[in-house]
Amino acid sequence: MTVIEEPGAPILIPTRDEAKIARRERLRLLFRSPTFVIGLVILGFWVVCAIFGTQIAPQNPQADDILNKLAPPSGDHLFGTDRLGRDVLSRVIVGAREILIMAPLATLLGTILGTAIGLATGYYRGFADEASMRLVDALLSVPVIITALLAIVALGPTRITIILVIALVFGMIITKTVRAAVLSERELDYVQAARLRNERGPYIMVAEILPNVTGPIIVEFTVRLGYAIFTIATLAFLGFGADPSIPDWGTDISEHYPFISAGVWWAVLFASLAIASLIVAINLIADAIAQTFER
Amino acid sequence: MGRFLLKRLGLAAITLFLLSVLVFFGAQVLPGNVARRILGPFADQAAVDALNEELGTDQPLLTQYWDWISGLLTGDLGESLALGVPVGELIGDALVNSFKLAALAFVLVVPLAILGGVVAALRRDRLTDRVITIGGLSLAVLPEFVTGIVLILVFGLWLEILPVSANAPPGSGFFTQIKYLLLPAFVLVILLFGYIARITRAGTIEALDADYTRTAVLKGLPRRTVIQRHVLRNSLLPTIAVVATQTGYLIGGLVVVETLFNYPGMGRLIVTASRQKDLPLLEAGVLVVGIVFLVAMLLADLMYSLLNPRIRYSRAE
Repeated sequence: MTVIEEPGAPILIPTRDEAKIARRERLRLLFRSPTFVIGLVILGFWVVCAIFGTQIAPQNPQADDILNKLAPPSGDHLFGTDRLGRDVLSRVIVGAREILIMAPLATLLGTILGTAIGLATGYYRGFADEASMRLVDALLSVPVIITALLAIVALGPTRITIILVIALVFGMIITKTVRAAVLSERELDYVQAARLRNERGPYIMVAEILPNVTGPIIVEFTVRLGYAIFTIATLAFLGFGADPSIPDWGTDISEHYPFISAGVWWAVLFASLAIASLIVAINLIADAIAQTFER
Repeated sequence: MGRFLLKRLGLAAITLFLLSVLVFFGAQVLPGNVARRILGPFADQAAVDALNEELGTDQPLLTQYWDWISGLLTGDLGESLALGVPVGELIGDALVNSFKLAALAFVLVVPLAILGGVVAALRRDRLTDRVITIGGLSLAVLPEFVTGIVLILVFGLWLEILPVSANAPPGSGFFTQIKYLLLPAFVLVILLFGYIARITRAGTIEALDADYTRTAVLKGLPRRTVIQRHVLRNSLLPTIAVVATQTGYLIGGLVVVETLFNYPGMGRLIVTASRQKDLPLLEAGVLVVGIVFLVAMLLADLMYSLLNPRIRYSRAE
């Protein structure tokens, strides 16, 4: 028995491939955007510092040299030394690690939390939706930095406290974005069709709606990542860093800004520029990603 | 319009109540014994018990919440643990100081950002526009202590134009006080400029593209008249309402700026209370910040509805 193939049959392109093509197109657009490439290069530089920092750093960032404390930039110490005589350049390089571990973790947790709550409240509506939106508004009526201070006093200044409080607050902001997107999706025909097929709520949310709201979620993730770095660095500056013994930009600035009036600019300027470059890089990336989804 | 505002007022009241519950239970219920947490693991049990009794934290939780909230409503905010002074006095003085700084920042940023936004809109998609929008937003996302430190280094240390401290010598006049507040205010200006300019730009572009502007151009009015009478009048009013919604960022900024410049406002008070684990002061402070934010949002709603005829004349939803 021979199976006769029909070469002339119309080829239906499965939607999965269409999605793949759209994704590839979006990536191509991204890499042609100068802001995205610049942002990626800067971010890549700091990621390399975070991973290989101790090997790259010219000196041990923890080594005290009290006789050489607060020395201005020179051949031995390109960025000068801090109040304990430690090499500022090495501390700036190694300092990338702490924040590049904590901020993405907090943002990822917040995004998962916000997506889950946003999908459920937007899909089911009703009283639970109203009530949770009021709670979200209450939590967001105080700046995140103040909420974080309260949590740190209540739970202690540990990494877990800082990550959880940022994940919670940013999760609430992401909830609002996802919920708004779900509210407009749920009225569309494909959701109605799935309902008529008698699909269950969780299936519709995850398999039908979620793939159609990934755009806003990805954009929100990148924007929040920038703000997570902002918030963690600010907490460290205020003296609530997770672990003062580890080189960290915010903590180093916090310890050295009182020396500014004595003319010691190098101990704060380079770490400040490092934070600034990292945050601006992530915002350039976020901006470029948002634009590709707007097209 | 009355109904719209009443609804907003009701929502704000509910939000405030929920915030008080979150703050109270967040701070006092979370693991363990309040006095033990404040005094540390090595304090002796008698001292811990005494502090719990003083704070009222040996009482049942609902009683504690009731005492706290009824105290707040009658204006009795309790006493600061670290300073032994009524919390109300501390917060009152700090609020006045923060208000001075915030007012100066707003006076500086609103005209600057509106000008920037209008210029960006008129030069849409050209270099000036890109510099204003991308530059403004990049600066706005920087932590306040980073911009603050750079400003201190440039204007205070290298150029020596402005004082590094925010506190004018006691008894100095109005202008000297302003001079001392300029650097911290600039930090807030940088924080707020990008967003306000972006809103102004969007509003101006919308007005530029509107049919009435096209009509005005086509009937031969000079460009200047079109922009002043038709574009700006329609684009600026909503912007002014939007400014009030920036209060949240402003308060977050104050926490850092006041700490950096050692300025005795609300932000520094909250940071100090956190460092000293001064719970009564911290809880009241956070709630006051929430109230200020919600009042600002109500003002924004009020202004928006006064300026927007569609809401002004609507009778019911």
